[in-house]
Amino acid sequence: MSSLPLPANLERFPDLHPALSSQAALVEANRCLYCFDAPCTAACPTHIDVPRFIRKIATGNLHGSALTILASNILGLSCSRVCPVEILCEGACVLHRYNEQPIQIGRLQRDAMDHFYDGGARLPAPRAAARPGRIACIGGGPASLACAAELPAHGCDVTIFESRPLAGGLNTYGIAEYKLRPSDSLREVELIRSMGVRFETAEVGRSVSIAQIEAEYDLIFLGAGLGAMRRLGIPGEDLAGVIDALTFIADYKTAGTVDVGKRVAVIGGGNTAIDAANAARRLGAEEVHVLYRRSEKHMPAFSFEYQRSRQEGVRFHWLVRPVAIHASDSAPQRAGAVECVRVDANSPDGDTRPEPVLIPGSNFLLACDMVIPALGQSRLWSFLEADRGIQFENKCVAVDRATGQTANPRYFAGGDCVNGGREVVDAVAGGKRAARAMIRVLEARHG
Amino acid sequence: MADLTTVFAGIRCPNPFWLASGPPANCGEQVMRAFDEGWGGAVWKTLGDPIVNVCSRYSAVDWNGQRMMGFNNIELITDRPLELNLREIAEVKKRYPGHAVIASLMVESKREAWHEIVRRAEDSGADGLELNFGCPHGMSERGMGSAVGQVPEYARMITEWVKEAARTPVLVKLTPNITDIRAISRAARRGGADGLSAINTLNSITGIDLDTFTPRPNVGGYSAHGGYCGPAVKPIALHMIQQIAGDAETNLPVSGIGGTSGWREAAKFLLMGCGTVQVCTAVMHYGYRIVEDMIDGLSHWMDRKGFRTVDDFRGLSLPRITGWKHLDLNFRIVARIDPAKCIGCDLCYIACWDGAHQCIHLDRAPGDGNGPVVPAQIEAASRSRIAVTPIAKLATSPIDDGGHGPYRTPLARIPRVDESECVGCNLCALVCPVENCITMQEVPTGLPRESWEQRATAAASRTGH
Ligand SMILES: Cc1cc2nc3c(=O)[nH]c(=O)nc-3n(C[C@H](O)[C@H](O)[C@H](O)COP(=O)(O)O)c2cc1C
Ligand code: SF4
Ligand code: SF4
Ligand code: SF4
Repeated sequence: MSSLPLPANLERFPDLHPALSSQAALVEANRCLYCFDAPCTAACPTHIDVPRFIRKIATGNLHGSALTILASNILGLSCSRVCPVEILCEGACVLHRYNEQPIQIGRLQRDAMDHFYDGGARLPAPRAAARPGRIACIGGGPASLACAAELPAHGCDVTIFESRPLAGGLNTYGIAEYKLRPSDSLREVELIRSMGVRFETAEVGRSVSIAQIEAEYDLIFLGAGLGAMRRLGIPGEDLAGVIDALTFIADYKTAGTVDVGKRVAVIGGGNTAIDAANAARRLGAEEVHVLYRRSEKHMPAFSFEYQRSRQEGVRFHWLVRPVAIHASDSAPQRAGAVECVRVDANSPDGDTRPEPVLIPGSNFLLACDMVIPALGQSRLWSFLEADRGIQFENKCVAVDRATGQTANPRYFAGGDCVNGGREVVDAVAGGKRAARAMIRVLEARHG
Repeated sequence: MADLTTVFAGIRCPNPFWLASGPPANCGEQVMRAFDEGWGGAVWKTLGDPIVNVCSRYSAVDWNGQRMMGFNNIELITDRPLELNLREIAEVKKRYPGHAVIASLMVESKREAWHEIVRRAEDSGADGLELNFGCPHGMSERGMGSAVGQVPEYARMITEWVKEAARTPVLVKLTPNITDIRAISRAARRGGADGLSAINTLNSITGIDLDTFTPRPNVGGYSAHGGYCGPAVKPIALHMIQQIAGDAETNLPVSGIGGTSGWREAAKFLLMGCGTVQVCTAVMHYGYRIVEDMIDGLSHWMDRKGFRTVDDFRGLSLPRITGWKHLDLNFRIVARIDPAKCIGCDLCYIACWDGAHQCIHLDRAPGDGNGPVVPAQIEAASRSRIAVTPIAKLATSPIDDGGHGPYRTPLARIPRVDESECVGCNLCALVCPVENCITMQEVPTGLPRESWEQRATAAASRTGH
């Protein structure tokens, strides 16, 4: 695992937004107006003080710039690479209204973060005295990392429980390689470890029971993300060559064991479907088809992701629904084709998304060697099934928006398990918010 | 079409743009290429007894990522043999008889030495002489350059020696490193000079390497002060030229130098009364080719303004500069913000609060009238507003941060000027990044023009002093 990123991936997946040279960063930083009470800061879910960190780049104070970023967002490195800046900070930049390109905030942030990590990731030493009260964070992804990172500076004892061998959650295992490499995610994990956060590899509900955790910890943060990817529920789903998108992505990123074959069908229309489709192209598939049951304009993926995918040569099929996966003629245990039915374009749409109306007799076969369902993740919480007073809303953990506290006051939550699956930066904001509320609880309890 | 032909202190040239004495006018091959590109004249790199230069020689001040906003050198006069330079001057004059070639001169303060070099320079065919009394580094430690240019008696004496021998026009190049430049311009006049060149470089230390603690340029671990030039010095040059061009006791043609890199700066020097404009740093930065736009841009501007020759507008700005005591105390302007142009950076707000008169407010959005006012309150209010993370919209259009109404910028981010409190200082208009968004508009006071001098005189007569 120490050999991440896999060398072949470095070649196949060059950076989507390469680093700026230092002179280019300087020019770009100087383009920033240094707005007062800047709208880009308001648009960042973690409220990074954008003009402040950009100005520090402009003055050559890169270390100070990085610390400014990390003060608001401990995952500043991964966020600089994966944030959909077009709809966040850069989308809010005032220069849009001046017919100018917005400041490339994401790339400038990357500049400062690269400098920080390349220079040994030096954080100022914390000064807080230890305070009573122990906190457990369940799940080792962005929400838990951001939550845990807030705590040592306040003297809190915090342990992260992660079931996989590597921490970082989707940052390590689930993000397209040309956006974020697992090695960068792990640098952030190491930074958080160096702050005094303990990591335990254990699956809560299996190798350690929730009762045990409740007995040992005062407050518990739920940052476990979502469950496994949803199944298609159609015949042939268990044939070899059918692999869900997140497993597929984790495999090619960390194990290097992926053989994509010549023709790949990806099922779904979200950002994960796009990531899987792009990856399949880069891994050598000659044809990659994305099958989506609704029309182009209803696709949930960001349109810039969709456009990029088209540039990669991915083909899109709208208004089609897979109904079966058929075995290949030559290898009866392997997938050989997806059978699809066309969907009536006039199917009702809207927020409730009723089932699309299928056109009878429109069945057709799409030959392929690999099928990648990308239907989104399930929201099952097996280890919380025994009632612990936590409430759910749309199968997500319900929390107080200002504190992240659940209906059970010992439990806080943030990230995908609360918002149903959003950006890394949203998870960081959720984790941070819960950490601050937990500190207030401990302060009130122990002074 | 504008006619740029120029006669300066009796020297003819196709246009008023000259290479200043420096690296771009170091040898004949260069000067001929410069003339081919369109330069009207060249002041040769200063001639004298050859010297030895050091490595390195230059350093610069970059600003906001822009290179060479200011430029600094510790180079001395020419390091080429005098005979070679003179041969090349003769060659250039033979091939370019219509262009101005001026020999810049600096020798030790001996009458015979000056007589000798004047005679040899003129024999080579130079159209005029420029006495380098300005070089502020190195040569001054040997009693030359600005060591002469800072002492009126020396400047006058050497000018007189030169005039004893000279048949061509003599220009004296002034140093800005002096309390009142008119002391030297008047001395030059009394010594018989035919014109002036101003300014030479300013004493400077451009910067310090924060790792080695050695200022730049670094010569084996040490540095020495140099001469500063480039765009940064233009305002200083313009002021000093105004002082000498507006001085009745000086009353000499001036060749303007300092920070010119395009036709606009050149036009300003001409408006300030200069007869020609010399350029060094910008040519070192971009090459001789910049002269094309200097000619083209100035000609178009002259056509637009209805000026046929440079003399039509030379010095037009001089009468518009007066003493502060004569300015009208009853002239009043206030800042107006065009909300349709405002992009909501709120830089004018913070500038007026922290750097001016606290009269720009962020209170256009409807509220209870008790909203935040001072910058810290505004920031605190917005921090509390954004404390609950918004769930990012799955949209690709730029985020709508609450803007509505007639303007594309949210009303809450468009500042308002309290005109009754505005002192009309210009600061907000200067910081606003959007062209013509903040304009300074005159508010008639109905009062007659009254200067400080008039007011003080009136007050004195009232109190009987
Ligand atoms: C608007 C303005 C007003 C100033 N007033 C004074 C003053 O009253 N007294 C003073 O000693 N210097 C005054 N200065 C000069 C500054 O103290 C300082 O010497 C100069 O601006 C150079 O520094 P800077 O390049 O950082 O601006 C003033 C400067 C500015 C810009
Ligand atoms: S809105 Fe744009 S210009 Fe203003 S501070 Fe943010 S990045 Fe800079
Ligand atoms: S002109 Fe000066 S005082 Fe008036 S609003 Fe602008 S900054 Fe404030
Ligand atoms: S400086 Fe100009 S653009 Fe910025 S808020 Fe003020 S008026 Fe608007």
